[in-house]
Amino acid sequence: MAKAQLMDFDKALELFEPVLGFEVHVELNTKTKMFSDAPNYFGGEPNTNITPVDLGLPGSLPVVNGEAVRYSISLGLALGCSIAPSSRFARKNYFYPDLAKNYQISQFDEPIAFGGSVDVELPDGRMFTVPIERAHMEEDAGKLTHVGGATGRIQGAEYSLVDYNRAGVPLVEIVTDIIYGAEKDAPELAKAYVSTIRDIVVALGISDARMERGNLRCDANISLRPRTAPGEPPAKLGTRTETKNVNSLRSVERAIRYEIQRQAQILADGGTIIQETRHWHEDTGTTSAGRPKSDADDYRYFPEPDLLPVVPSPELIEELRAALPEPPAARRRRLKQEWGFTDLEFQDVQNAGLLVEVAETVAAGASPQAARKWWSGEISRLANAREAEASSLVSPADVAALVALVDSGALNDRLARQVLEGVIDGEGTPQEVVDARGLAVVSDDGALIAAIDEALAAQPDVLAKIKDGKVQAAGAVIGAVMKAMKGQADAARVRELVLERAAAS
Amino acid sequence: MSEITQEQVAHLANLARIALTPQEIASLTTELGSIVDNVAKVSEVATADVPATSHPIPLQNVYRPDVPGTTLTTEQALAGAPDHDGSRFRVTAILGEEQ
Repeated sequence: MAKAQLMDFDKALELFEPVLGFEVHVELNTKTKMFSDAPNYFGGEPNTNITPVDLGLPGSLPVVNGEAVRYSISLGLALGCSIAPSSRFARKNYFYPDLAKNYQISQFDEPIAFGGSVDVELPDGRMFTVPIERAHMEEDAGKLTHVGGATGRIQGAEYSLVDYNRAGVPLVEIVTDIIYGAEKDAPELAKAYVSTIRDIVVALGISDARMERGNLRCDANISLRPRTAPGEPPAKLGTRTETKNVNSLRSVERAIRYEIQRQAQILADGGTIIQETRHWHEDTGTTSAGRPKSDADDYRYFPEPDLLPVVPSPELIEELRAALPEPPAARRRRLKQEWGFTDLEFQDVQNAGLLVEVAETVAAGASPQAARKWWSGEISRLANAREAEASSLVSPADVAALVALVDSGALNDRLARQVLEGVIDGEGTPQEVVDARGLAVVSDDGALIAAIDEALAAQPDVLAKIKDGKVQAAGAVIGAVMKAMKGQADAARVRELVLERAAAS
Repeated sequence: MSEITQEQVAHLANLARIALTPQEIASLTTELGSIVDNVAKVSEVATADVPATSHPIPLQNVYRPDVPGTTLTTEQALAGAPDHDGSRFRVTAILGEEQ
């Protein structure tokens, strides 16, 4: 496949206005699935968490998970939506083996929540209001593994294997209205929007929201329309593409930027944009054409006859509204103050999408500054090097444990970085890595003193200088001791002991 | 008379992945047409003040508690499958992609 030509981003923005739309799927963390009492858990042994309902076996009937309805209403309210006095489920018919029934139970003309908005903070601190069209309940699909063919991808596959553990997992799909006016901030807005949705569902406690595990997935719609002269009516909307498989915050931003540049070049060359699904490839940072929108999109929705309408009482809605956590913007203001971060420190954390991680690390006992230092520093550095999301590398609990080991003096910064790499490589908790690799700081003064005495004896001229009061000369001895200890010593303590031993000799 | 056309029947058959002969399309067009005509008789008695319904029984908010129940074993789950690899269902290669 020929590599797509890309227009310079700034030039693309001179010629065209980007118009956006997002569909974010949130997997709810209820204990059971949307319509069956199978455990809401996947990733283990294939086809173990399924019931006849999840397989669509004859005679089985779905029943709505009441907790999933409550979660969905809470999410709708947090998105500023109205809650439908009555909503119902619908069958979305399509033939693909990721669902065994040949349809997905979703909501179509009567979603549970509609007409809201979300305030999103751009990297420079400006607020942007993203209009929300609707949020509706549906079920997730099973997982297909394509086997055979040259690349293991769909084209050329000989057969596919299906695991239905994920089939029926409760989802809420959040659909934005058309988003105008993002302009050059479109990529950053996309990232900030998905990050805000993640903050909201985490604050509500209704989803694990791990993007790398697919708990939160974003489909990004984008089209370009030519700019018109001032005073002229705006041009009509361009043809849009829908980029799927965008499963990290960093990908959301990159995918939007890429599609703007790709579409702009095609349009500038006199070409046309095909309305199609495009797949995001994390490794190459590009999108490729999927299937064109066609007959297959004729889903023949009709009301699900096996399920009854969802009619939440005003009392229930008000109860859930009263229990809502503070809105993201207010929460950010509060956390910034509580943590005592500067504007710059806070924005770094916020823009890296690490607010949740820092908050959870602080909640696990670390100081805010230490939590920020690790997430924005070493963990982000490793995430970049590994082209991964920082949040996917290590848990806040492990970071807090690492900070505790440093605070207690068991680790110095250099050793702690080694321990962090061990944790990321799956060697266990920080303490387990310390034990397994023998990385603890040598805090046994006896061992240190022996090394110091040896170093002083080896460098009599340095000893003489120290005794003369030239304390800075101690550096050479400290260096030798640290080397002898393979770096596993607290340099400040070594310095103290060197001065003591020199004075006493 | 119904407005079901042969093109619509062919389109539906395609969506449902059912291969139909021209003869089958012709006879199904007639049959579907009369079914639609019969169902359409409802609209003769349903006046504007009768709201549309998706369910004949006046029930709502029937929920299940969020408590895990019994699941199938992998063997049970795969028992009716035409083909499997011991833990997963095996299906023919799919053109197209996940929805």
